[in-house]
Amino acid sequence: MSNKESIKKEAEKWEKETLTPFLAKAPERENLKDSSGEDVNRLYTPLDYEENYNEKLNFPGQFPFTRGVYPTMYRGRFWTMRQYAGFGTAEESNERYKYLLKQGQTGLSVAFDLPTQIGYDSDDPVSEGEVGKVGVAIDTLDDMEILFKDIPLDKVSTSMTINATASVLLAMYIAVAEKQGVTADKIRGTIQNDILKEYIARGTYVFPPKPSMRLITNIFEFCSQNVPKWNTISISGYHIREAGSSAAQEVAFTLADGIEYCKAAVDTGLDIDVFAGRLSFFFNAHNDLLEEVAKFRAARRMWAKIMKEKFGAKKAKSMMLRFHTQTAGSTLTAQQPDNNIVRVAIQTLAAVLGGTQSLHTNSRDEALALPTEDSVRIALRTQQIVAYESGVTKTIDPLAGSYYIEALTDKIEKEAFEYIDKIEKMGGMVAAIEGGFVQKEIQDSAYKYQMEIEKGDRIIVGVNKFQMEEPPVEGLLKVDMSIQNKQVEKLKKIKESRDNVKVKSVLKKLEEEAKGNTNLMPTILEAVKVYASIGEITNTLRGVFGEYKEHIVL
Amino acid sequence: MKKKIRILIAKPGLDGHDRGAKFIARALRDAGMEVIYTGIRQTPESIADTAIQEDVDFVGLSLLSGAHNVLFPKVVEELREKGAEDIVVFGGGVIPEDDIPFLKKKGVQAVFTPGTSIKDVVDFINKKMNEKN
Repeated sequence: MSNKESIKKEAEKWEKETLTPFLAKAPERENLKDSSGEDVNRLYTPLDYEENYNEKLNFPGQFPFTRGVYPTMYRGRFWTMRQYAGFGTAEESNERYKYLLKQGQTGLSVAFDLPTQIGYDSDDPVSEGEVGKVGVAIDTLDDMEILFKDIPLDKVSTSMTINATASVLLAMYIAVAEKQGVTADKIRGTIQNDILKEYIARGTYVFPPKPSMRLITNIFEFCSQNVPKWNTISISGYHIREAGSSAAQEVAFTLADGIEYCKAAVDTGLDIDVFAGRLSFFFNAHNDLLEEVAKFRAARRMWAKIMKEKFGAKKAKSMMLRFHTQTAGSTLTAQQPDNNIVRVAIQTLAAVLGGTQSLHTNSRDEALALPTEDSVRIALRTQQIVAYESGVTKTIDPLAGSYYIEALTDKIEKEAFEYIDKIEKMGGMVAAIEGGFVQKEIQDSAYKYQMEIEKGDRIIVGVNKFQMEEPPVEGLLKVDMSIQNKQVEKLKKIKESRDNVKVKSVLKKLEEEAKGNTNLMPTILEAVKVYASIGEITNTLRGVFGEYKEHIVL
Repeated sequence: MKKKIRILIAKPGLDGHDRGAKFIARALRDAGMEVIYTGIRQTPESIADTAIQEDVDFVGLSLLSGAHNVLFPKVVEELREKGAEDIVVFGGGVIPEDDIPFLKKKGVQAVFTPGTSIKDVVDFINKKMNEKN
């Protein structure tokens, strides 16, 4: 009798003799489901997954990278602790960055305000009320110079959450580095540059898909030649999950976006092995610890297969799914906000046990406002405690071989590949987004999740159970309302003092190039260097490319 | 037959977080109301115009970017200027407790913060509807 057969026999015996009489006396709880809404088994055994160590898991740093992208993982160095920050003016954000670096943070992550993300100047009427609110306001290179004042750009790596206007902000970063005497081949960092998930979930798109994809491939090409250490895209499942998707949907839609970018770049004649090594990913870490660990492992294995089998990548680096993680903002509660520290700690463990390369931990007060300095420090300390005290970093991929983790890794992979096949049949991700398929799938999951909370089928501690009367939280961070005026004044001065003839001629050149098909990055770089504003550059491109209109799905 | 309650759910400003707005829109529709959803990035003026054109009883605003103190009162003002002050405006999102008295003074009749049950929103709407009739 084989091992599996003997386990099966034993399982049947257990069910009959031990389990059934027990259940008759003590029934189980209901609603024990995964985020896809499917029942989680009572118990996982070797019967629940097919073992094939070399093919499915293998060793860390080797195809299919299930156990991690590097051969030593956190035994060598920890993940990069990178807190996303930015608000108000460049001066205030610069102070916060210097504070975070002093507290032991190892990389910067810049949050821009919405006008910057959507390509409007601070003095544009649509910017009213939004300047400096969810991030720092950047109008011209002058603001970027202040933002990174006294921060050596050859020493830190900087991640910038910027998408539709990524080309402009990257150009500004390159220009600031040059002014510091740091050449473009020395700077390290990431731009999010993932427009597809903006259409799906995050909403800071500007142009329609086609010119947006062109800008993205322009950046891939420009950076492969000039900024070789830059991660040119961070293909993001984070916001897809925040919008309410399941874990499997997060993986599926993110990798489907990744496939679309690779196809676009390959179509323009780029070699997959030239740019694929600079692709990076960005995932969410939710509360369901074990499902999340399985999700990260499944995503790594899937991407390796996609790159190898679908795109014929040859370099190992091209097949490695390197990712940033952020803990799930949508799980934070406004009620009893200190409880959020515990949620974030669990999510941190999920990210680390899942093998993340960098991590942002949310602060306890983020369901109420932007975080205070104290709250951000606790969030950073949470990472440091997991890194230095928890012990989970001593060995690689410690949950591998758990019957549940392996079965769940397989399940998420299967579910996600089914979605990817379906999307391919629709004609790819752009078509699937334009038809509203992806948005609808996410919304249905979100609706179901929220209704479970409404009905009490899903318990959120402090929200629909264990509530208590509490006084309003004191000392929340407020962004000063005068920031908009300050920013508008500053922009006015820059526009008066710069060489406006040059600005006009560069913008004209950009307009002409946008109509053709040359790489726009060199001219955008030229434009930022003469202090053309983000609004001027984006409006020039708007004039040629037009604007995307949302496909509303309810 | 009793007229169905008509409601516009709108996203003013540049904020793209629409999970809450879409949930509320769908849940109110499931509760028997006629719901119109604007989509993201609406100006206060266009929200007021849509509200009037669609002849709604309520406008529900959702915003998570922190621009509520500027944009919510603007929607109320626009409606007043266009002679539609009978339309009840309420809001929701990441809104600090401290800002709520200001918003109410400016004519936003209720503010729902994270963790609000849909039942509270429905109760508010029904109560206001009874006051109107």
